[in-house]
Amino acid sequence: MATTIEAPARRPDRPARRRRSRRVWRNTAVGWSFLLPNFIGFAVLTLAPVLVLFYLAFTDWNVFGVARWTGIANFKRLIHDQSFYTALENTLYYTAVHIPLTLGAALGLALLLNRKLRGVAFFRTVAFFPYITSIVAAAQVWNMLFSPQYGPIDAVLRLVGVAQPPGWTVSTTWSMPAVILVGTWREMGYYMLIFLAGLQTIPAQLYEAARVDGANAWQRFRNVTVPSLRPTTFFVTVMLTIGSFKVFDLILVLTNGGPDQSTLVLSQYIYKKGFQENQFGYASAVSVVLFVLCFLVTIVQFLVNKRRNA
Amino acid sequence: MDTTLRPAPVDAKPLLEPRPRTGRRSNPVARALGYLLLAAAAAGVLLPFYWMAVSSLKTDNDVFTVPVHWLPHTVVWHNYLDIWHRSQMSTWLKNTLILSFTVTVLQLFTGSFAAYGFSKVRFPGRDALFLVYIGTIAVPWQSYMIPQFILMSHLHLSNTLWSIIALQAFGALGVFLMKQYYESIPEELSEAARIDGMSEYGIYRRIMLPLSAPALASLALLTFVNTWNDYLGPLIYLRSPSLRTIQLGLSTFVSQYNAEYALIMTGSVLSVLPIAVIFLLGQRYFVEGIATTGLKG
Repeated sequence: MATTIEAPARRPDRPARRRRSRRVWRNTAVGWSFLLPNFIGFAVLTLAPVLVLFYLAFTDWNVFGVARWTGIANFKRLIHDQSFYTALENTLYYTAVHIPLTLGAALGLALLLNRKLRGVAFFRTVAFFPYITSIVAAAQVWNMLFSPQYGPIDAVLRLVGVAQPPGWTVSTTWSMPAVILVGTWREMGYYMLIFLAGLQTIPAQLYEAARVDGANAWQRFRNVTVPSLRPTTFFVTVMLTIGSFKVFDLILVLTNGGPDQSTLVLSQYIYKKGFQENQFGYASAVSVVLFVLCFLVTIVQFLVNKRRNA
Repeated sequence: MDTTLRPAPVDAKPLLEPRPRTGRRSNPVARALGYLLLAAAAAGVLLPFYWMAVSSLKTDNDVFTVPVHWLPHTVVWHNYLDIWHRSQMSTWLKNTLILSFTVTVLQLFTGSFAAYGFSKVRFPGRDALFLVYIGTIAVPWQSYMIPQFILMSHLHLSNTLWSIIALQAFGALGVFLMKQYYESIPEELSEAARIDGMSEYGIYRRIMLPLSAPALASLALLTFVNTWNDYLGPLIYLRSPSLRTIQLGLSTFVSQYNAEYALIMTGSVLSVLPIAVIFLLGQRYFVEGIATTGLKG
C-alpha cells in the first residue's frame, strides 16, 4: 500500500534549523490533537486487545480465576483437539470455494454491467441489496428456501428431474455448500462494485488499440482487462480471504455450526470456547491461530503481487 | 497497492457512470444474451426477498405447501399488527435507533478529525501510525473479541448500550475513507487558508468539512447500516432483554416461535425495510464510498 509519502524537506540552512524544529514540534502537537479522539478509542479497543491476546493465549484464564501463565500448554492441547481440526478444515473448505466463486461471480457481473445496456443502474441496486440486508433476516429466509421437504429450491429441483435433491442445511455434506451459496449471494454485489470501479479506470483507448490489432473479445479480456484490473483483483482477493477466514455470523444464524460440526468454523469455535464455556485462555490460543493464519496469507499475497508487478 | 488512483474530485462526474463507449455497439445477439444473463441473475438475487415479502403476508400453514404457492391465497396483513404484540419490537427498534445514530455521529466526527491529521498535517511518525491503522483492518475482529470483551467488562461497559457504541465508533475504516477523500482536495486550498492566518482547526471546519460532504454522506450511510445490521456485537455484549437490538431480538424471536414462519418473515421484513429505504435514497453515496475504499487498498 503506497500511501503518498511527502518528499523529504530539503536540508535546512543552519539559522533556519531552530525555527524548523519548533515548527515540527507544533505540527506534531496539532497533528496528534486531530488524531486523539479517534486514537484513544482505537488504542483502547483495538490495539490493546490485539496485544493482550498474545498474552492471554499462554494462560489458563477463565472468567473467575486469575490468569495463570501456563506456557504453551494451550497450544499443546490444540494439537490433540479434534474439534479444532474440524473447525480449521471447515474454514479452509469455506475459503477455498467461497473465494473463487465470489470472485468469478463479482467479476462476471461487473463485466456485464460495464456495457451499455438499459437497466444497468437497476441491476446494480439489485445485486448490492443482499449486502446491506441484515444477516439474521437473510438467514431466516434462506433456511426456509433450503427446507428439504417443502422449500422452493428443492421443489424446483424435483421439478427439473432431480429425484433426491440435497438436504442443504440439515445434511452434513450439503450444509457447507449451502452456507457458501448464501455467502456468495450476499457478498458478490459488494465486490462487483469494486470491480466495476476498477473497470472504469481502464482507458478506452487500450481496447480500441487491441481492436485495431484484431484482438477478439476473449483476447481483449485476457490481455487488456485482466492485467489492468490486477490491483483491483488483488485487493478483492485479500479482502475475500480475510472475510472467509473470519466467517462467523452467517454460520451462526444459518446452521449454528451443525449438523454435527459440519459447518463449525474457527471463529465460531473461539466464540464457543470463550463465551459459552468461559475458557478465555484456550479460546485466545485458537484466536492466535486465526490471527496468524490471516496474517500469513495476507503477507504471502502481498509478496506474490509484488513479484508479479516487478 | 501501488496504483495511486484517487477518489473522484469534488466536481468530477460520479464514479460508476456507464462509460460512453466510443464507436461501435456490440452486436444484437450479444446484447440479448447480456440482458438474459442480467435478468436471470436479478431473479436469482431477488428470490429470497420475494419469498420473504410474500411469506410475511401468508398464514403459517400457507408458507410451506406442495406445490409451492408463489402468491398468497389470502393476504394476511394482520401479521404486521400481531408482531408488535407478540414481541418487543418497539424496544428493539428504539435500542437500534439509539445505537445507530450515536455511533454514526461519533464515527463521523472522530473519523474525519483523525483523517485530517493524517492527510493534512505533517509530523514524524504519522505514516507509520497510519500503516498500523490500515493493518488492523486486516485483523479479524473475531480474533481479538475475547480480550476486548474482558477489557470492556473491566470498564463496566458490557451489558450496556455503551459497549456497542465504543465498539463501532472508532473504526479505522472511517479514518481511511475520509483520508482518501481529503487527499483528493488540492493542498493549495489549505495552504492559502494557512497564509491568511487560519488555524488547522479552522481549515478543518471551514474548508475540509464542507468540501467533503459527499464522503461524509458515504461514511454516515455505511456506518448506520453496519450498526443497524450488527449481530455479533449485541450478541456478545447485550445480555439483558431490555437492551436487545433488532437483530438480536429477531434471532431470539426465531428461537422462541420457530414454527410461526409467517410471523418470522414479518419480523425479517421489518428489520430490513428501514435499511432498504435508506439504501434506495442514498444509493449514490453507498456506491461511491465502496468504490473509494476499493480503489486504493
